[in-house]
Amino acid sequence: MPVFHARVQVSLRPSVLDPAGEATRAAAGRLGVHGVKRLRIGKAIEVDLEAPDRATAEAQLHLLSDRLLANPVIENWSLEINEAG
Amino acid sequence: MTIGIVVFPGSNCDRDVRWALEGRLGRPTRFLWHEEHDLGGLDAVVLPGGFSYGDYLRCGAIARFAPVLEEVRDFAQRGGPVLGICNGFQVLTEMGLLPGALTRNRDLHFLCEPTALEVRPGRCGWLGAYGEGERIILPIAHGEGRYQIEADELQRLEERGQVVLRYARNPNGSVGDVAGLCNERGNVLGLMPHPERACDPATGGTDGQRLLAAALTAFA
Repeated sequence: MPVFHARVQVSLRPSVLDPAGEATRAAAGRLGVHGVKRLRIGKAIEVDLEAPDRATAEAQLHLLSDRLLANPVIENWSLEINEAG
Repeated sequence: MTIGIVVFPGSNCDRDVRWALEGRLGRPTRFLWHEEHDLGGLDAVVLPGGFSYGDYLRCGAIARFAPVLEEVRDFAQRGGPVLGICNGFQVLTEMGLLPGALTRNRDLHFLCEPTALEVRPGRCGWLGAYGEGERIILPIAHGEGRYQIEADELQRLEERGQVVLRYARNPNGSVGDVAGLCNERGNVLGLMPHPERACDPATGGTDGQRLLAAALTAFA
């Protein structure tokens, strides 16, 4: 059965305060990088999924992203899928 | 009346809750290990504080799939009283039994201090002993207690009287000063402060004991 590589990008919704991102942005200034206007911290999750075909893999990865990896109340997610060689 | 206390790997207030309910109030309790399915004979269920399953991914995100919570969900939907304290509140939001989410405190600090709260009991069965606007003091102890929900949804919660506990001085940046919420029916309460840690005049006052005692009398 083919294995699909997926990368799920989880980011805080724009309306949600990101105090960790703000603290990191402040540190960027102390490093001497003063142009950072926005810095938001998210998560990147890599998944290898076995599935009979791409459509099934996509459906499973959507379910996984929407119901477990991200909490849609506070987070958005996006998905990249590549079939493994 | 017997109260079930859910124990996840990583729970750390389960014994405090037992001490408060059994030791201070004389109510029998039963620990419910996360893999259990039997809620038989229980009249109320408490989800205690701690770091369920390490709180990996997000607070409460993995706990939501615990076998015991399938039964807790049914129990809540039948109108059974469910109380989620701190991590328990986070778990209730991840399960969808309460709306919104708990996120990193505004100032990033772990906050561990007594907080003044305003009670708006509405139809919340857990808080029926309180008058509207009554003040109580309970300790908080959390790093991720900033309540978050979209503005229009918060307004709906306010209109339906579900925002039952508010911080008098908001410590963590929660929208609407939300410290505790109940579901529409009033049988499920989630709150960040710890009533079980305010059950002895020597350590943190007795407002928590009063809250728990009144609620359990009402449910008995």
